[in-house]
Amino acid sequence: MKPAAFEYLAPVSLAEAVAALGRDDAKILAGGQSLVPMLNFRLRAPSLLVDIGRIPGLDYIEDDRAGGLRIGAMTRHHTVETSDLLRQRFPVLHAAMQYVAHLAIRNKGTIGGSLCHGDPAAELPGLMLLLDARLKTTQRTIAAEDFYEGALDTALAEDEILTEILLPPLPAGTGWGFEEFARRSGDFALTAVGATVGEEARIVAIGAHETPLRLRAAEALFPDIEAAAEAAREEVSPNDDLHGSADYRRHLVSVLTRHALMSAREGAAS
Amino acid sequence: MIKLTVNGIVYEREVEPRLSLADFLRHELGLTGTHVGCEQGVCGACTVILNGDSVRSCLCFAVQADGAEIETVEGLGSIDNLSPLQKSFQEHHALQCGFCTPGMLMTGVDLLRKYPLATDEEIREGLSGNLCRCTGYQHVVRAIRAVVEAGNGD
Repeated sequence: MKPAAFEYLAPVSLAEAVAALGRDDAKILAGGQSLVPMLNFRLRAPSLLVDIGRIPGLDYIEDDRAGGLRIGAMTRHHTVETSDLLRQRFPVLHAAMQYVAHLAIRNKGTIGGSLCHGDPAAELPGLMLLLDARLKTTQRTIAAEDFYEGALDTALAEDEILTEILLPPLPAGTGWGFEEFARRSGDFALTAVGATVGEEARIVAIGAHETPLRLRAAEALFPDIEAAAEAAREEVSPNDDLHGSADYRRHLVSVLTRHALMSAREGAAS
Repeated sequence: MIKLTVNGIVYEREVEPRLSLADFLRHELGLTGTHVGCEQGVCGACTVILNGDSVRSCLCFAVQADGAEIETVEGLGSIDNLSPLQKSFQEHHALQCGFCTPGMLMTGVDLLRKYPLATDEEIREGLSGNLCRCTGYQHVVRAIRAVVEAGNGD
């Protein structure tokens, strides 16, 4: 359980980091809470780790002056979880943070790290889809919906670094719901569903597909919650594993969609 | 070469980049109070406090801790002079085999410093990342609860 040997660089600017990433099989180290276990298991054995933890100015939650937020990619989960501004503007994200791992992991793990790792059962990638986030990198701005290409696979180029997450404002009166089922508090979701309801519904399933997935057929059926919950079951393609069969996960997606939509509708009405 | 402070003492060492902070503490500094259980961030036995926050020392490389302030279980108290939380663990039988205890203590210290812990639910949530295979959780919760109520620090 020890990682293979690697070289280590801790650049102090993004330009330096990007230059270092030009090399073959270099890997970015952010908070390390997903990468280091993979290194310890030797599922990955990069020859170079580029630690971006010493680059200043990537750790912030800022008002964008338009009702949204800008979040620096190296902002730690614990900072996101405890931000009053974020709780006021995006209560659904605040609620979902309660399900992200455990205290010691949240103290070190970063929002950008989780998004770039792209675990399909992680909460944050799904929340970015739900909130229609824009992901700013050293090269461009990518819509969250275009960011995930497969399990642990993103649209990022080898030498591209995520720097900022832009959350556009939610329309006033938007209701929300977030429902997760996990075997143990803080574990990865067996499945989770997030929903927002304003003029229209937006629904995202987590842990039930190779990427986080918007359930567009279910969205189109809202306000018929029962029909939406039925449709949700058919939209996902979950895997079987020792924690639950694909059928069981489909069932969960359906039930959690119903619950999330009911909470969201209630919140929108009040 | 890295330079870091552990329990108030400054250390300088030459380390390989792949050396975890946990192995650095144990093998380089001889501070074997920090236990290594799973080496994948699940069990919490290796929890230490880094710059004021509890972290998994198995998921942090020693090179990342260059310049950091670390607190380990050795910094809490001594056999003859236990810290309030250690004393409470003893009084409430909060350990059986003791393997998970250093991680439970360091997590407990972080919780006691930062949160009001008004309910046992908060303590349980805070401890949810620390596994005890002797199933001694009830007593750990009681030990932390007693320190909250005594109100004289961690």
